[in-house]
Amino acid sequence: MVVSTTSRPGAGRRPASPGGPPPPGGLRRGIADRVPARLRRLALPYLLILPAVLLELLVHLVPMVIGIGMSFLKLTQFFLRNWSAAPSAGLGNYRVAVDFDGAVGRSLLHSFLVTVAFTVLTVGLSWLLGICGAVLMQGSFRGRAVLRALFLVPYALPVYAGVITWSFLLQRDSGLVNHVLVDQLHLFGERPFWLIGSNSFVSLIVVCVWRSWPFAFLVLMAGLQNISDDLYEAAAIDGAGWGRRLRAVTLPMLRPVNQVLVLVLFLWTFNDFNTPYVLFGKSAPHEADLISIHIYQSSFVTWNFGSGSAMSVLLLLFLLLVTAVYLVATSRRRSDA
Amino acid sequence: MREPRWLPWARWAGLGLLGLFTLTPLYVMLTSAMKPLRDVQGDFQWIPTTITLRPFADMWRTVPLARYFANSLIVASVAALVSVLIAIFAAYAISRFRFPGRRIFSVTVLSTQMFPGILFLLPLFMIYVNLGTALGVELYASRTGLIITYLTFSLPFSIWMLAGYFDSIPTALDEAAQVDGSGPVGALLRVVLPAATPGIVAVAIYAFMTAWGEVLFASVMTDETSRTLAVGLQGYATENDVYWNQIMAASLVVSVPVVAGFLLLQRYLVQGLTAGAVK
Repeated sequence: MVVSTTSRPGAGRRPASPGGPPPPGGLRRGIADRVPARLRRLALPYLLILPAVLLELLVHLVPMVIGIGMSFLKLTQFFLRNWSAAPSAGLGNYRVAVDFDGAVGRSLLHSFLVTVAFTVLTVGLSWLLGICGAVLMQGSFRGRAVLRALFLVPYALPVYAGVITWSFLLQRDSGLVNHVLVDQLHLFGERPFWLIGSNSFVSLIVVCVWRSWPFAFLVLMAGLQNISDDLYEAAAIDGAGWGRRLRAVTLPMLRPVNQVLVLVLFLWTFNDFNTPYVLFGKSAPHEADLISIHIYQSSFVTWNFGSGSAMSVLLLLFLLLVTAVYLVATSRRRSDA
Repeated sequence: MREPRWLPWARWAGLGLLGLFTLTPLYVMLTSAMKPLRDVQGDFQWIPTTITLRPFADMWRTVPLARYFANSLIVASVAALVSVLIAIFAAYAISRFRFPGRRIFSVTVLSTQMFPGILFLLPLFMIYVNLGTALGVELYASRTGLIITYLTFSLPFSIWMLAGYFDSIPTALDEAAQVDGSGPVGALLRVVLPAATPGIVAVAIYAFMTAWGEVLFASVMTDETSRTLAVGLQGYATENDVYWNQIMAASLVVSVPVVAGFLLLQRYLVQGLTAGAVK
């Protein structure tokens, strides 16, 4: 992500210049001339970020370091009361996690692959629905503002409220989905289960797309607003039709927005815990065993926090790698363009 | 500019399908909340045959919903307020000062956004327990602990969005204020903040929504007295019965504050997002 800022270096600590135009608001110049002001201003940015730094340290960075430490310990239920007494496991937890012949490694790999497939499909579909919605919303027509607000509701809804509603829709005997598919359209002879078995993967994607496409829609609409009308008019004068304008103006101009949007959607979806947890409860079906739930379960069901931490660290490494590759690849393409 | 003749048709077809997908669950939430229990346990009905408001009364008794509601309200409001305050200062520093460590700070803060929550759940749990004992402050299973946790969740995005917003405010404004005798902090308070109100409002909504909707930490870091709605709503599924009508009623009621706030203020959120996402 290329972060360019508009302010000039040192813009914040320029003393009032005596030769400049007269200040608009009077003669209260004495405060700015105090001697220790310079030192104070050097320290000022650090003071301003201090609260944020402290909180990030407490809640994110220190726990992460401790988590990495825990991943090298044999932290089973016998040591929960006294963490420091847990014997070192060396790389043992990692060796078990990536031993794909063993039961732990095999189920971790399975969960990882399920998560990858789930993430690719969810991000792709959310983006697709978002761009369709945003493009079709361009221009002015009756009901536009109301429709736009309604589309945003799933994103505004608390996760658990939206997902609980879906789990009601997906109930086998009393849900809307089977009522429509079986009773009204007669697509299935037998009522299928949607929250257990292989269908649960489809259900999970539908629910996640329902929740995240409005976000893509919102961001893409904001991006579309920033494209100058001149570009469209120039293209129209050159004889470009609607489809051609979409391909030659809209999509290329959205590239910086897409770059950030896809990354954010990817990270949110890959780490998603809330949706499967509310939809399936503590034990997700095998076919929809997302990695966060998998780690949560192997930590709290087996009470093996060392092994759970090792899996989390592997997950973090994977996300770091993907993000780094993605950022390098997209910014290179951007500077080529 | 001429629109092709098929566009209005395609528009209504496309938007209609999206609307159907988006709104069906909301329709079900609304209508099922007004059905008696036997109607939500039998075959699904598109149009309720019996309409009752009983679920809206019963839902407060089946689980202590009022307490969960109050907990969520306190946690989310305080977290949003503090998060915005801290983000304003940090974003101002990033936007207006060039200092050694600026880049490391912004990259580190942003990258915490990608951490899987599961990675620091267990260590944070341990830190809160130990810190609580050492300082005599209850952090584990308390609203304070949840507030601290949640406000850091929204902090990275808030700082990033506000820094983008501040960047779009000309530095000439601050300079005028400084020429006028204000220090940098005075310039922030008197000139930049009023100009950035839409961005600040957007960030506050975002922070509130984040805290209101979080499930993972709420499920581990709370006990019966500090439980929030995120976990509390699962109490309607008992061993004998699942009170779907009450679940839908409760979901509806807990959604109203956030959805209303979001829809009223979404204009600002879009402006804030635009400033943040396009820089």
